[in-house]
Amino acid sequence: MIEFDRVSKRYPNGREALSNVNLRIEPGELIFLTGRSGAGKSSVLKLISLLERPTRGTVTVNNINIGTLAPRKIPAFRRQIGVVFQDHKLLMDRPVFDNVALPLIVSDWPLKDIDKRVRAALDQVGLLGKERVLPMELSVGEQQRVGIARAVIARPVVLIADEPTGNLDPALALEVMRLFQRFKEIGTTVVIATHDVHLVHEFGQRAIAIENGQVQ
Amino acid sequence: MSTYFARHAQALLGSMGHLSRNPLATFLTVTVIALALVLPLGLNLFVANARAATGNFSNAVDMSVYLRGDISAEKAEQLARSARGRVGVGDVTVLRSDQALAEFRKYSGFGAAIEALQSNPLPNLLVVHPDADHSGPAQLELLKRYFGAWPEVELVQMDTEWVQRFSAILDVLRTVLLIAVVVLSLGVLAVVGNTIRLEILNRRAEIEVTKLVGGSNAFVRRPFLYTGVLYGVVGALLAWGIIALAVVVLRRPVASLAKLYGSQFMLNGLSFDDLSLLLLGGLVLGWLGAWVSSSRQLAAIEPRA
Repeated sequence: MIEFDRVSKRYPNGREALSNVNLRIEPGELIFLTGRSGAGKSSVLKLISLLERPTRGTVTVNNINIGTLAPRKIPAFRRQIGVVFQDHKLLMDRPVFDNVALPLIVSDWPLKDIDKRVRAALDQVGLLGKERVLPMELSVGEQQRVGIARAVIARPVVLIADEPTGNLDPALALEVMRLFQRFKEIGTTVVIATHDVHLVHEFGQRAIAIENGQVQ
Repeated sequence: MSTYFARHAQALLGSMGHLSRNPLATFLTVTVIALALVLPLGLNLFVANARAATGNFSNAVDMSVYLRGDISAEKAEQLARSARGRVGVGDVTVLRSDQALAEFRKYSGFGAAIEALQSNPLPNLLVVHPDADHSGPAQLELLKRYFGAWPEVELVQMDTEWVQRFSAILDVLRTVLLIAVVVLSLGVLAVVGNTIRLEILNRRAEIEVTKLVGGSNAFVRRPFLYTGVLYGVVGALLAWGIIALAVVVLRRPVASLAKLYGSQFMLNGLSFDDLSLLLLGGLVLGWLGAWVSSSRQLAAIEPRA
């Protein structure tokens, strides 16, 4: 479960990205965060993945108040969260295999299991056979799918995605959304920030609209 | 456990690969470390060789124990046996009065005058060689007082001033060596630390992504620690190579010089123990430099969205 209790976030430049936000996302739920650019969707995702800490209020993920989590416990927490970034955040000088395997490597998974899991994840995103290819040799859409494979490979409890279909053609976007839906079906909590209202309508899941840093 | 070792092997191989892909930068760093290690190493070798060339300290400070004129040669032998049992005494040689007189007659040039003497004026003499472990000035002074207290002894002679000078020179060299070790170790730490700092800055994006997916500081630090260790060990090996080459080049001229002084002295190179200590020192300095630098840098790097 993810819960925001009167959460505000003010950045060092003085901009208040979130103001007194209350929200609750149940375990295994797939939810959309909608709103215009700069509305505060990304800030919600950053707070969930502990890339930022709230200025005020409490953020609870899986019964952990992550705002006060000790620095040494952050890596273990992050291993439970899969994140898909809009700009992919791939290691451009490493092959696809190494990029996708990274969450398993940092968790000390046995090498033989890593090989199996990476192939399965790449198969799910339609990139099986491209293990040895460098990300820079892939299209933007393929890079996005590598990012998705990396986010889901360790079977995270929470999967968050920031505009995951922004760089994909409609058919591929639909495929990726179906992938997220499959994760929801196996109990993963999925939070997707998007401004694509058609996508939200098509999947008929709960959506939380954020405008000017507040839940509407 | 096998996964743990596999991860370490991976980190080590990764570090080796990274260093080999930047051969010039690696060579320069390793050379600076080697040169920093060469100075104390060379000084240590110089001190060891100087000691070997001048003979063992205890041999240089033989003690002459003159017995009273009425002490017989048999009694002198008995006293020598007793002296050998004393802690701090390595060996005792008896120089009988008749031997001493014969030598004096032979070498002094006063042969005819000596013939005129009614009796031998020279006493029996014990030449005491102090033990190598008990050859410090204070211990020699104690030994001198011990023999001086024997009722059969007339006089104990020892060139303590020379001993003290030699000891002081060794003390100065030891202190210089210690200072060189400390200063140049700090130099190695700084070189490794700065190299690792630049390395971390170059790989900032990779570190951010690794932390983003749950990599701990310890995980991220591991390859940098191996890099530091490799720098230290390879630098130490290069330092050993430089010293070994210097010894090879100097061996013949030093032997020629020693021959002019009637000595068979040969320049000694580094022992296996020296090499082991050097490699261990390089390893520890490399690891420590990398650890200090990476700990500071990695704490400041947090992933950004």
